[in-house]
Amino acid sequence: MKRQVYLDHAATTQLDPRVLEVMLPYLSEKFGNPSSFHSLGKEVKDAMDEARSRLATMLSVRPDEILFTSGGTESDNLAILGYARANQKQGKHLITSAIEHHAVLESMIHLEKKEGFEVTYLTPDRDGMITVEQVMEALREDTILVSIMYANNEIGTIQSVAEIGNALSHYRKEKERAWPVFHTDACQATGFLDLNIEKLHVDMLTLNGSKMYGPKGIGLLYMKRGIKLQPLQFGGSQERAIRPGTEDVAGILGMAKALELVQAVRKEETARLTVLRDKLIDGIRLRIPKIRLNGHATQRLPNNVNISFMDMEGEALILYLDAANIYASTGSACTSASLDPSHVILALGMPYEVAHGSIRFTLGHSTTSEDIDYVLETLPPLVQKLRALSPVRVDEKYFT
Amino acid sequence: MSDVTSKDKKNSWFYSDIVKEHFFHPKNFMLEDADEKQFNAIGKVGSPACGDELRVWMKVEPTTERIQEFKWRTFGCGSAIASTSMASVMVSENGGMTLEEARGLKPQDIMERLGGLPQRKFHCSVLCDKALRDAINDFYRRTDQFDKMRVEAFRIIDPIAKVTDHDIEEAVLDGAHTLELVQQKTKVGIGNPSCLPAVEELIRFYKEKYFG
Repeated sequence: MKRQVYLDHAATTQLDPRVLEVMLPYLSEKFGNPSSFHSLGKEVKDAMDEARSRLATMLSVRPDEILFTSGGTESDNLAILGYARANQKQGKHLITSAIEHHAVLESMIHLEKKEGFEVTYLTPDRDGMITVEQVMEALREDTILVSIMYANNEIGTIQSVAEIGNALSHYRKEKERAWPVFHTDACQATGFLDLNIEKLHVDMLTLNGSKMYGPKGIGLLYMKRGIKLQPLQFGGSQERAIRPGTEDVAGILGMAKALELVQAVRKEETARLTVLRDKLIDGIRLRIPKIRLNGHATQRLPNNVNISFMDMEGEALILYLDAANIYASTGSACTSASLDPSHVILALGMPYEVAHGSIRFTLGHSTTSEDIDYVLETLPPLVQKLRALSPVRVDEKYFT
Repeated sequence: MSDVTSKDKKNSWFYSDIVKEHFFHPKNFMLEDADEKQFNAIGKVGSPACGDELRVWMKVEPTTERIQEFKWRTFGCGSAIASTSMASVMVSENGGMTLEEARGLKPQDIMERLGGLPQRKFHCSVLCDKALRDAINDFYRRTDQFDKMRVEAFRIIDPIAKVTDHDIEEAVLDGAHTLELVQQKTKVGIGNPSCLPAVEELIRFYKEKYFG
């Protein structure tokens, strides 16, 4: 069989068999509803509470500060929409960055267009970095919420979340009030970056099960005690009535196990993948002219390689790679069905033709050095073939 | 990619086998070192800013006005590559189409031969249709047959929102098949409802033309 190389770990990861094992009983014999008032329900509730406690310990927070959701998108939506709506008496100004995931950006745009909020979208520098100073300068008397992602899903840039959080908490002390609060989407950071929430100084944080070799359809929102959110859905009293609906117990247990497993190998995996990431970047640089590494060279997730190949269109390359059993993506999986170029690459100040030629390779547990060799061997003739078909010649100022 | 299904609904790949063949083995593309002077008509459409640009080069036999050669280069996705490759075959096969025949080639004809394209990729086969017509005009221009050139002028439909028939055509191609959707894309008639009957007529016309 031909080698298969999955380099789309930022889109989703393969469920770890050890996670599946933990989940299976709760998909069969342990089927009780955790809200039921009988032993079958109690047993399931106990298991769920125990998972919640373990997750809380791993994040250095209290169990009642963890809210289970259906994934990263819901957590982001709930944090942004829920906080803005519940706290609009304090002000209607929000701050975010132009390179957030659409789950944050679209929520912001909705509040701006339909609910009378004002939003400041911070523009990153050419490497995709947002500075603490930029955030602090954008603050207004009526700013109630700041949302800056921990690590970018397309270009892997790591933001100074702890510094931003620290600066905001000083600002609040100075102003003697509880807002603006700070939310971060940490979906891509899981398994690589420090998730100690005490050190990050964040008030809300989004995590997603499927990015950490856990199940899809499960996520969590950390919300600091005292934070008020307006629910997005209504019904029972589960998750303190902020997120009603019978809990996905198997998913919750799976996510807790998954986070435990990735945290346990975080340091080694970070070191291992950094070497492979740089091997891929350097190898492409060496073999293929006219490319640009999108995102910061070092403030970058150890598993992310995002490169614009000039003069050609990314989707065509994805299909050629697919035929060679290499699975990569253009931008984020959420936007690959749309024809618009990546909003992240455009926000770096790149023109459309550069954004259209961007390809994201995201490494993970399964990635080996031989995989990278195979990609480096396969890629150059494909790029050459597509460039030969193209009438476009991108200005060299964008890749030198 | 839920909108991407093959006609027989069995093929798990995003595109039909014919599309794949033209995508992986494109026909008649313009080689890097080719001499432009060999060709007597050139056409161009789109820009990389919209995600695709297409250039075509034709060699037209001056007396019969049949297309002997049709070469192309595109900055585009898989569908753009496949539909241009297919169009190049269609206009030059069996002795070549006459320019008048080629002008009658419709995006649906290319789609048909390809065994279908995802709806959101329909735009790509329209591009090569347009580049072909641009090249046909170029041939007539170079041979001083100005009466045969067809210049596509835009007509303003809504003077307030400055929306042209071309904008409505693009909106329909983008999948806006109702007045409401076209209005969302173009704002046509929102401040000027008197033009709406004309807009509805154009939507029907373009729907028929491209999807009919």
